[in-house]
Amino acid sequence: MMPQDFVPVLLTFAVVGGFAGIALVATHFLGPKAYSPIKQDTYECGVDYIGDSRSRFSVKFYLVAVLFVMFDLEVVFMYPWAVNFRTLGTFGLATMGIFLVILTVGLLYEWKKGALEWD
Amino acid sequence: MQTIIFALLALVSLFSAIMVVTRKNPVFSILYLVLTFFCFAGFYVMLGATFLAAIQILVYAGAIMVLFLFVVMMLNLREPEELEGKNTLWQTMGAVVAIGFGLLVLAFLGRSPGAGVPNFQPGEEAYVMGGAKALGKLLFTEFVFPFEIAGVLLLAAVIGAVALAKRKRV
Repeated sequence: MMPQDFVPVLLTFAVVGGFAGIALVATHFLGPKAYSPIKQDTYECGVDYIGDSRSRFSVKFYLVAVLFVMFDLEVVFMYPWAVNFRTLGTFGLATMGIFLVILTVGLLYEWKKGALEWD
Repeated sequence: MQTIIFALLALVSLFSAIMVVTRKNPVFSILYLVLTFFCFAGFYVMLGATFLAAIQILVYAGAIMVLFLFVVMMLNLREPEELEGKNTLWQTMGAVVAIGFGLLVLAFLGRSPGAGVPNFQPGEEAYVMGGAKALGKLLFTEFVFPFEIAGVLLLAAVIGAVALAKRKRV
């Protein structure tokens, strides 16, 4: 890997950003504009809306997100291990085994506590 | 070429970081923070830490930002204007801490000029070192113990999250 290898990544970002920017500017200049009070109103699939979107959300969503981040990080650690799987051999397998056992304790805990149930 | 990219990244990251702290709407702040994190990933690539750059985007710009959004949603900040004028004590304390930290960085740079400045034009060996393969080799041999401790840390976070959010039921 060299810095030059990341030019395609940079190009992708430029294309994505450029497309979004051009699409926004183009619709602003090309499309017809007709404002009316009904059109400016909040769109809720044709149903009359209640209150605004800034209502309070249940902590359950947050719990799901936190647990996702934990196991996301677990997989992050597994990637450099998998790349070196052959050279690390049994020792690598054992270390990853211990790591997974530690985190499986967490999984069992949340399972028993009912954190994986929605209600 | 590298200097131009660095300058662009620095400009965008400074701009978005300033936008983070000046926006009244916390959701906008978070979206600008995502942009800042993307710029950081660019810096990591320039420093040769390519694996870290990928993780920066996946974990920070992706997952951690979702957590931030959930916090904003749970705090139920209805009108951004409500915050104005209140909490002046906190604002003063924040300013004091920020200025103090800035002075600390300045003192450090004054004492040893160029000490904290990373090399933004590293050679190929830096890119080998920062890749997933070299990182894994080090992590699972020399730094095996810190790696297992990281597992314990994650376990503590899982238990903490469950204990806090599920407190009512048990």
